[in-house]
Amino acid sequence: MADQEEIFEKVQAALVDALGVDDDEVTPEATLVGDLGAESIDFLDIVFRLEKTFEIEIPRGELFPEDVLSNAEYVEEGKVNAAGLALLKERMPFADLAKFEENPSVAEFGNMLTTNDLCRFVASKV
Amino acid sequence: MRWFWIDRYTEFIHGKSATAIKNVSFSEPHLVDYVPGFPMMPNSLIVEGLAQTGGLLLGEYSQFKERVILAKLAKSEFHRPAFPGDSLIYRVELDRIDKDGAVMTGTSHVGDDLQAEVEIFFVHLAEEVAGEALFFPADFLRLLRNLAIYDIGIDIDGNRVEPPPHMVDAEKNLSAK
Repeated sequence: MADQEEIFEKVQAALVDALGVDDDEVTPEATLVGDLGAESIDFLDIVFRLEKTFEIEIPRGELFPEDVLSNAEYVEEGKVNAAGLALLKERMPFADLAKFEENPSVAEFGNMLTTNDLCRFVASKV
Repeated sequence: MRWFWIDRYTEFIHGKSATAIKNVSFSEPHLVDYVPGFPMMPNSLIVEGLAQTGGLLLGEYSQFKERVILAKLAKSEFHRPAFPGDSLIYRVELDRIDKDGAVMTGTSHVGDDLQAEVEIFFVHLAEEVAGEALFFPADFLRLLRNLAIYDIGIDIDGNRVEPPPHMVDAEKNLSAK
């Protein structure tokens, strides 16, 4: 398993290149959307870079479960329901969903993932 | 107005890399209007030319069945302006192609001087939102022929790249009318 610090540095470099931000902005707690300005297309770019850097494969939807968030079975009036939250927790063990649970609005979801979440995600793959 | 920002290909390797020329001429109106008194090729149009060089290369990879969209300019650096009389040599490489899209790196040179560097991210438009074809196949094939793709295009084994059958059929139907 790769060293945590090494993973962070490589994830940081990927985010700097993908999002055009400075490396000191990419702190462990920085949110990808809110703090670093990631847009939807950037997630595919980030996935490509992580796959290349770490020589891993990331199935689509694993990092950012758009299929759950756009499924009427799991979303009611713009909020993820209990079944949806349970599925997200199962699908995204790398992410801390506690804060999202307080206000599980789909619009807020993108604002939840942090650099640290990405590092944990990568660590589970390498 | 035509929106072609390359003059022709000089190298075209299926799914891998390509080189195209863009000759910058004082007679192009945007050179006069862009920075009055200082005729130069707008960098944005150099990016467009590099994107066209790589975008057609990517489109050809799927026989133009995928609809290729420029999604993101991940990097662009310009080292000097391009002036009237310059021949820009655009070299592009497809670093990765998958079902969602592709990543391309490209450079623009004037002689031996590196003029610009880009990294471009293309996506394939999903079938359900793609709708109608973006171009008339026969017209599009004429453009591809004009750009010399089928004169110089090869695959990595050196075999000639051939036009997609559906475009050739469209061309034949057009000339039969």
